[in-house]
Amino acid sequence: MKNKILMAVALASGLYLVRNLYVILLQLPDEAAQGAIYRIMYFHVPGWITSFSAYFLAGLASVWYLIKRDPRADEYAVALTEVGTIFTMLGLATGMVWARIIWGVWWVWDPRLTWAFICFLIYAGYLMLRKTIDEPGQRGRIAAVVSIFAFVSVIITYKSIDWWRTQHPGAVLSFRAGEQRMDPAMEGMLFHNWFALTAFAGVIMMLRLGQERMQRELDALRRYTHSL
Amino acid sequence: MDQRNFLYMFYGFAAAWFLLAAYLLTLVSRESKLRKEVDNLKRMLEEREKKG
Repeated sequence: MKNKILMAVALASGLYLVRNLYVILLQLPDEAAQGAIYRIMYFHVPGWITSFSAYFLAGLASVWYLIKRDPRADEYAVALTEVGTIFTMLGLATGMVWARIIWGVWWVWDPRLTWAFICFLIYAGYLMLRKTIDEPGQRGRIAAVVSIFAFVSVIITYKSIDWWRTQHPGAVLSFRAGEQRMDPAMEGMLFHNWFALTAFAGVIMMLRLGQERMQRELDALRRYTHSL
Repeated sequence: MDQRNFLYMFYGFAAAWFLLAAYLLTLVSRESKLRKEVDNLKRMLEEREKKG
Protein backbone atom coordinates (compact mmCIF):
# COMPACT_ATOMS: atom_id res chain seq x y z
CA MET A 1 0.00 0.00 0.00
CA LYS A 2 2.76 2.42 1.04
CA ASN A 3 4.76 1.54 -2.07
CA LYS A 4 1.72 2.12 -4.28
CA ILE A 5 1.18 5.58 -2.77
CA LEU A 6 4.87 6.35 -3.28
CA MET A 7 4.67 5.23 -6.91
CA ALA A 8 1.55 7.35 -7.45
CA VAL A 9 3.23 10.46 -5.99
CA ALA A 10 6.37 9.77 -8.07
CA LEU A 11 4.30 9.48 -11.23
CA ALA A 12 2.24 12.57 -10.41
CA SER A 13 5.31 14.67 -9.64
CA GLY A 14 7.02 13.44 -12.84
CA LEU A 15 4.00 14.38 -14.94
CA TYR A 16 3.71 17.69 -13.12
CA LEU A 17 7.38 18.46 -13.87
CA VAL A 18 6.89 17.63 -17.57
CA ARG A 19 3.79 19.85 -17.72
CA ASN A 20 5.76 22.64 -16.01
CA LEU A 21 8.61 22.25 -18.52
CA TYR A 22 6.12 22.66 -21.36
CA VAL A 23 4.77 25.91 -19.84
CA ILE A 24 8.23 27.23 -18.93
CA LEU A 25 9.73 26.57 -22.36
CA LEU A 26 6.82 27.12 -24.70
CA GLN A 27 4.22 29.32 -23.06
CA LEU A 28 5.99 31.84 -20.84
CA PRO A 29 7.59 34.81 -22.62
CA ASP A 30 11.29 35.69 -22.40
CA GLU A 31 12.35 38.12 -19.71
CA ALA A 32 12.97 41.59 -21.21
CA ALA A 33 16.55 42.06 -19.97
CA GLN A 34 17.81 38.46 -19.66
CA GLY A 35 16.23 36.68 -22.61
CA ALA A 36 15.83 32.90 -22.33
CA ILE A 37 18.36 32.33 -19.55
CA TYR A 38 16.01 33.63 -16.81
CA ARG A 39 14.17 30.27 -17.08
CA ILE A 40 16.94 28.70 -14.99
CA MET A 41 15.19 30.46 -12.10
CA TYR A 42 12.47 27.77 -12.26
CA PHE A 43 14.97 25.18 -11.04
CA HIS A 44 17.41 27.41 -9.15
CA VAL A 45 14.98 29.02 -6.69
CA PRO A 46 12.76 25.94 -6.03
CA GLY A 47 15.95 23.87 -5.66
CA TRP A 48 17.14 26.12 -2.85
CA ILE A 49 13.75 26.31 -1.15
CA THR A 50 13.50 22.50 -1.25
CA SER A 51 17.00 22.04 0.14
CA PHE A 52 16.46 24.55 2.95
CA SER A 53 13.12 22.91 3.82
CA ALA A 54 14.85 19.51 3.95
CA TYR A 55 17.59 20.87 6.24
CA PHE A 56 14.97 22.47 8.48
CA LEU A 57 13.09 19.18 8.82
CA ALA A 58 16.39 17.34 9.36
CA GLY A 59 17.16 19.78 12.18
CA LEU A 60 13.75 19.09 13.75
CA ALA A 61 14.31 15.33 13.43
CA SER A 62 17.71 15.77 15.09
CA VAL A 63 16.17 17.66 18.02
CA TRP A 64 13.59 14.87 18.28
CA TYR A 65 16.38 12.28 18.31
CA LEU A 66 18.25 14.06 21.10
CA ILE A 67 15.09 14.28 23.20
CA LYS A 68 13.64 10.80 22.60
CA ARG A 69 16.64 8.81 21.30
CA ASP A 70 14.26 7.40 18.71
CA PRO A 71 16.30 5.75 15.88
CA ARG A 72 13.53 6.62 13.41
CA ALA A 73 14.27 10.33 13.96
CA ASP A 74 17.91 9.71 13.06
CA GLU A 75 16.81 7.85 9.92
CA TYR A 76 14.65 10.81 8.89
CA ALA A 77 17.50 13.24 9.62
CA VAL A 78 20.01 11.44 7.39
CA ALA A 79 17.52 10.88 4.54
CA LEU A 80 16.42 14.53 4.61
CA THR A 81 19.99 15.80 4.77
CA GLU A 82 21.12 13.69 1.83
CA VAL A 83 18.21 14.86 -0.33
CA GLY A 84 18.80 18.44 0.84
CA THR A 85 22.45 18.18 -0.20
CA ILE A 86 21.46 17.00 -3.70
CA PHE A 87 19.16 20.01 -4.04
CA THR A 88 21.93 22.29 -2.74
CA MET A 89 24.14 20.94 -5.54
CA LEU A 90 21.30 21.61 -7.97
CA GLY A 91 21.01 25.20 -6.70
CA LEU A 92 24.76 25.78 -6.94
CA ALA A 93 25.09 24.24 -10.44
CA THR A 94 22.12 26.11 -11.95
CA GLY A 95 23.24 29.34 -10.25
CA MET A 96 26.71 29.04 -11.77
CA VAL A 97 25.33 28.63 -15.30
CA TRP A 98 23.02 31.61 -14.77
CA ALA A 99 25.91 33.69 -13.37
CA ARG A 100 28.05 32.89 -16.41
CA ILE A 101 25.60 34.76 -18.62
CA ILE A 102 24.40 37.52 -16.30
CA TRP A 103 27.67 38.35 -14.49
CA GLY A 104 30.11 37.02 -17.10
CA VAL A 105 31.76 34.66 -14.61
CA TRP A 106 30.90 31.20 -13.26
CA TRP A 107 31.53 32.16 -9.64
CA VAL A 108 32.19 35.17 -7.40
CA TRP A 109 32.99 35.12 -3.68
CA ASP A 110 29.90 37.17 -2.91
CA PRO A 111 28.50 36.59 0.64
CA ARG A 112 25.41 34.74 -0.64
CA LEU A 113 27.40 32.39 -2.88
CA THR A 114 30.13 31.90 -0.30
CA TRP A 115 27.65 31.02 2.43
CA ALA A 116 25.74 28.72 0.08
CA PHE A 117 29.00 26.90 -0.59
CA ILE A 118 29.86 26.76 3.13
CA CYS A 119 26.37 25.37 3.77
CA PHE A 120 26.98 22.65 1.16
CA LEU A 121 30.37 21.78 2.72
CA ILE A 122 28.90 21.57 6.23
CA TYR A 123 26.10 19.20 5.19
CA ALA A 124 28.46 17.13 3.02
CA GLY A 125 30.67 16.96 6.14
CA TYR A 126 27.68 15.75 8.17
CA LEU A 127 27.13 12.89 5.72
CA MET A 128 30.85 11.98 5.73
CA LEU A 129 31.01 12.15 9.52
CA ARG A 130 28.23 9.58 9.80
CA LYS A 131 30.31 7.12 7.77
CA THR A 132 33.19 7.35 10.25
CA ILE A 133 31.20 6.33 13.38
CA ASP A 134 30.20 2.67 13.69
CA GLU A 135 28.29 2.66 16.96
CA PRO A 136 24.67 3.66 16.06
CA GLY A 137 23.89 5.49 19.32
CA GLN A 138 27.05 7.58 19.22
CA ARG A 139 26.60 8.23 15.49
CA GLY A 140 23.02 9.43 16.00
CA ARG A 141 23.95 11.66 18.95
CA ILE A 142 26.94 13.36 17.29
CA ALA A 143 25.16 13.69 13.93
CA ALA A 144 22.12 15.26 15.59
CA VAL A 145 24.27 17.91 17.32
CA VAL A 146 26.09 18.66 14.03
CA SER A 147 22.78 18.90 12.15
CA ILE A 148 21.34 21.40 14.65
CA PHE A 149 24.45 23.62 14.50
CA ALA A 150 24.65 23.22 10.71
CA PHE A 151 21.25 24.84 10.37
CA VAL A 152 22.86 28.15 11.42
CA SER A 153 24.58 28.16 8.01
CA VAL A 154 21.16 27.82 6.32
CA ILE A 155 19.84 30.86 8.23
CA ILE A 156 22.93 32.91 7.33
CA THR A 157 22.66 31.85 3.65
CA TYR A 158 18.97 32.72 3.58
CA LYS A 159 19.45 36.12 5.23
CA SER A 160 22.73 37.01 3.47
CA ILE A 161 20.96 38.92 0.68
CA ASP A 162 19.41 41.17 3.32
CA TRP A 163 22.53 41.59 5.46
CA TRP A 164 25.09 42.14 2.68
CA ARG A 165 23.95 43.80 -0.55
CA THR A 166 26.58 42.80 -3.10
CA GLN A 167 26.50 40.82 -6.36
CA HIS A 168 23.62 38.41 -5.82
CA PRO A 169 20.17 40.01 -6.37
CA GLY A 170 18.03 40.81 -3.33
CA ALA A 171 14.63 39.30 -2.50
CA VAL A 172 12.37 39.04 -5.56
CA LEU A 173 9.57 36.70 -4.49
CA SER A 174 6.54 38.62 -3.22
CA PHE A 175 6.24 36.73 0.09
CA ARG A 176 9.75 37.87 0.94
CA ALA A 177 9.97 41.26 -0.77
CA GLY A 178 6.57 42.35 0.55
CA GLU A 179 5.53 43.57 -2.90
CA GLN A 180 5.08 42.21 -6.43
CA ARG A 181 8.48 42.49 -8.12
CA MET A 182 7.98 39.80 -10.75
CA ASP A 183 5.25 39.21 -13.29
CA PRO A 184 2.52 37.19 -11.48
CA ALA A 185 2.47 34.55 -14.26
CA MET A 186 6.23 34.03 -13.93
CA GLU A 187 6.09 33.94 -10.13
CA GLY A 188 3.10 31.58 -10.18
CA MET A 189 4.99 29.16 -12.40
CA LEU A 190 7.90 29.25 -9.99
CA PHE A 191 5.63 28.04 -7.20
CA HIS A 192 4.21 25.33 -9.49
CA ASN A 193 7.70 24.01 -10.13
CA TRP A 194 8.63 24.30 -6.47
CA PHE A 195 5.58 22.18 -5.59
CA ALA A 196 6.51 19.56 -8.21
CA LEU A 197 10.16 19.45 -7.10
CA THR A 198 9.14 19.19 -3.44
CA ALA A 199 6.86 16.24 -4.25
CA PHE A 200 9.72 14.61 -6.16
CA ALA A 201 12.10 15.32 -3.25
CA GLY A 202 9.56 13.69 -0.91
CA VAL A 203 9.57 10.54 -3.02
CA ILE A 204 13.37 10.23 -3.14
CA MET A 205 13.53 11.01 0.57
CA MET A 206 11.15 8.11 1.28
CA LEU A 207 13.29 5.81 -0.90
CA ARG A 208 16.40 6.90 0.99
CA LEU A 209 14.57 6.40 4.30
CA GLY A 210 13.73 2.82 3.30
CA GLN A 211 17.41 2.19 2.59
CA GLU A 212 18.45 3.60 5.95
CA ARG A 213 16.05 1.15 7.61
CA MET A 214 17.42 -1.69 5.51
CA GLN A 215 20.95 -0.66 6.51
CA ARG A 216 19.97 -0.86 10.19
CA GLU A 217 18.50 -4.32 9.62
CA LEU A 218 21.72 -5.33 7.89
CA ASP A 219 23.86 -3.99 10.75
CA ALA A 220 21.72 -5.89 13.27
CA LEU A 221 22.04 -9.10 11.23
CA ARG A 222 25.81 -8.64 11.01
CA ARG A 223 26.08 -8.15 14.79
CA TYR A 224 23.95 -11.25 15.37
CA THR A 225 26.06 -13.29 12.93
CA HIS A 226 29.28 -12.23 14.66
CA SER A 227 27.84 -13.09 18.07
CA LEU A 228 27.14 -16.70 17.02
CA MET B 1 12.09 32.18 -27.76
CA ASP B 2 15.15 34.43 -27.61
CA GLN B 3 18.05 32.37 -29.01
CA ARG B 4 20.85 34.49 -27.40
CA ASN B 5 21.24 32.47 -24.21
CA PHE B 6 19.39 29.37 -25.23
CA LEU B 7 22.46 27.11 -25.06
CA TYR B 8 23.30 28.14 -21.49
CA MET B 9 19.68 27.77 -20.47
CA PHE B 10 19.86 24.24 -21.84
CA TYR B 11 23.07 23.62 -19.83
CA GLY B 12 21.32 24.80 -16.67
CA PHE B 13 18.31 22.56 -17.22
CA ALA B 14 20.55 19.64 -18.20
CA ALA B 15 22.65 20.09 -15.02
CA ALA B 16 19.50 20.02 -12.87
CA TRP B 17 18.03 16.92 -14.53
CA PHE B 18 21.38 15.16 -14.67
CA LEU B 19 21.93 15.64 -10.92
CA LEU B 20 18.49 14.29 -10.05
CA ALA B 21 18.78 11.36 -12.47
CA ALA B 22 22.28 10.48 -11.23
CA TYR B 23 21.11 10.50 -7.62
CA LEU B 24 18.11 8.36 -8.48
CA LEU B 25 20.38 5.82 -10.19
CA THR B 26 22.68 5.82 -7.15
CA LEU B 27 19.67 5.11 -4.94
CA VAL B 28 18.54 2.23 -7.15
CA SER B 29 22.00 0.62 -7.22
CA ARG B 30 22.45 1.11 -3.44
CA GLU B 31 19.06 -0.51 -2.82
CA SER B 32 19.88 -3.59 -4.89
CA LYS B 33 23.24 -3.99 -3.10
CA LEU B 34 21.59 -3.70 0.32
CA ARG B 35 18.89 -6.22 -0.62
CA LYS B 36 21.51 -8.68 -1.83
CA GLU B 37 23.53 -8.34 1.38
CA VAL B 38 20.45 -8.76 3.60
CA ASP B 39 19.35 -11.84 1.62
CA ASN B 40 22.84 -13.37 1.78
CA LEU B 41 23.08 -12.87 5.54
CA LYS B 42 19.58 -14.29 6.11
CA ARG B 43 20.42 -17.35 3.98
CA MET B 44 23.69 -17.80 5.86
CA LEU B 45 21.88 -17.66 9.21
CA GLU B 46 19.25 -20.16 8.04
CA GLU B 47 21.97 -22.58 6.94
CA ARG B 48 23.72 -22.23 10.28
CA GLU B 49 20.48 -22.89 12.16
CA LYS B 50 19.84 -26.04 10.07
CA LYS B 51 23.37 -27.32 10.82
CA GLY B 52 23.25 -26.36 14.50
